[in-house]
Amino acid sequence: MSVETILFFVLAAAALGGAANLIVQTHPIHSALSLIVVMVALAGIYLLLGAELLAAVQIIVYAGAIMVLFVFIIMLLNAGKEERTSISRAATWLGLPFAVVLTAVLGWRIAMAQPGPMAPGGEIPGTTRVLSQLLFTSYVFPFEMTSILILVAILGAVVLAKRDF
Amino acid sequence: MSGFLASHGEILVSVVKVLVVFIGLLTVVAYLSWFERKVVAHIQSRWGPERVGPYGLIQPLADGAKFLFKEDPTPEGVDRFVFFFAPFLALALAMTTIAVMPLGPRVEIFGHPVWLSVTESDVSLLVVFAITALSVYGVSLGGWASNNKYSLLGGLRSAAQMLSYELAMTMSVVGIVLMTNTFSLRDIVEAQKHGAWNWFFIPQFFGFVCFFISAVAETNRTPFDLAEGEQELVGGFHTEYASFKFAMFFMAEYAAMVTVSFMVSVLFFGGYLSPFPDTPSFHWTFYLPTAGGVIGGVALVWNGLRYHTPLGRKILPVVGIVLAGVGAACALPAVMTVIQGPFWLAAKVFVILFFYVWMRGTLPRIRYDQLMAFGWKFLLPLSLANVLGTSLVVLLRAKP
Repeated sequence: MSVETILFFVLAAAALGGAANLIVQTHPIHSALSLIVVMVALAGIYLLLGAELLAAVQIIVYAGAIMVLFVFIIMLLNAGKEERTSISRAATWLGLPFAVVLTAVLGWRIAMAQPGPMAPGGEIPGTTRVLSQLLFTSYVFPFEMTSILILVAILGAVVLAKRDF
Repeated sequence: MSGFLASHGEILVSVVKVLVVFIGLLTVVAYLSWFERKVVAHIQSRWGPERVGPYGLIQPLADGAKFLFKEDPTPEGVDRFVFFFAPFLALALAMTTIAVMPLGPRVEIFGHPVWLSVTESDVSLLVVFAITALSVYGVSLGGWASNNKYSLLGGLRSAAQMLSYELAMTMSVVGIVLMTNTFSLRDIVEAQKHGAWNWFFIPQFFGFVCFFISAVAETNRTPFDLAEGEQELVGGFHTEYASFKFAMFFMAEYAAMVTVSFMVSVLFFGGYLSPFPDTPSFHWTFYLPTAGGVIGGVALVWNGLRYHTPLGRKILPVVGIVLAGVGAACALPAVMTVIQGPFWLAAKVFVILFFYVWMRGTLPRIRYDQLMAFGWKFLLPLSLANVLGTSLVVLLRAKP
């Protein structure tokens, strides 16, 4: 087994373990920490695929900025442990069958999939440059629309925070 | 053995690099605490550490041993896993960033070409920011897990502060990326070649100011050290930490200082480049490391022979002779080419570290609302304006 394969399985195990732990833990901070593990493990997998920029951005934006806000809010609210309740009836009769179907469909598609042109281990020259060129030529409209969407969200947050009661 | 070396030479070189850089960083971190105490003491007309070894030079080792043997109580009601995990996280992240720093150009050692850095990456600048983005967890989780109001407040303060200043810090280097078209720290250094007037602190002066101020805030240092403001928060986030776990937070802070100094010199002061242009009339500057070592060594011998303790009279001259010998070795042709890059980088890092300590000895701690207003209402707009201005200049100077 090559080093890449071993690393992939280690990272995949970390991501899956973190995701499982996120659900199992009762304390919000522990769940948030598990989510950070998932995100960092995903960044590692991006690195294995040769997408250095994506890996760095994944850590800066998700594991850094967004999760810091999550943790900050949990700490600020001083949220305690969640209580376990017995599973609801809707979850038993609707959730479980849907989960089985979703897993089956995903598994089937992945098993059927052919390796794409950007298969793992392939050399992609200048990913940052290629990505930026695509972002500012072919995809400039959706890119700018997303920016405006985020701007609207920020403005909304400011308006809500400034509201006089 | 020779077969193993031939086939695994790269691994061996990497292991040697990692060991040299790691041990070097640990030594710098240990002696930075001595340096800070000495400089701050002299700023305040005191002597600083004097008793443990000549000039207090063995103080860091004594401190390390003391930390190891202290009692390590775990307070009641702490979140055990996070309480143990936070200092490890803080220290590990603070010591990782040095791996992507270019410590020198490509040189020949025993006929083998070697890059003077632990690892090379095309996006090393982003790697540094990624690790910085994670380092807020060490402090804030440590404060939260302690189950102590003061610690929690310190952790919250540092989380908010690092989040706010990280934005300004990231935006302030966009100007450099625009000018160099690269995220690689090595390429950024190479773009500042041919003399000190090409260094980026001149065209990117506002970027430099923004970066340095927000970097000081990121490392929780004076005047931005509100996370551990002792008047209102006891020790802040590390109030409940003792023994080696406290030492790890302490070392993480100093390692972060060293990393920031490396970043400032790499981004704005030409990194490992000499401030003199690379022409034959300036070849005498290659002997500056030798001159520094020999003059420093002779001065140490001269002072050491008249030192006021018998032990100092023995140790200091020996250290001085070793230093002079190392300096003389830097004159050998093979060593001289290798030492140039690390010498200039170390000199710049030293000056910036001195500046850091000088600020701590001079400036008062600012108020929390002032800190937030300064970050959001001054630094961030300034760095954004810098990005706009730099883009305009780059666009106008680009060939149509």
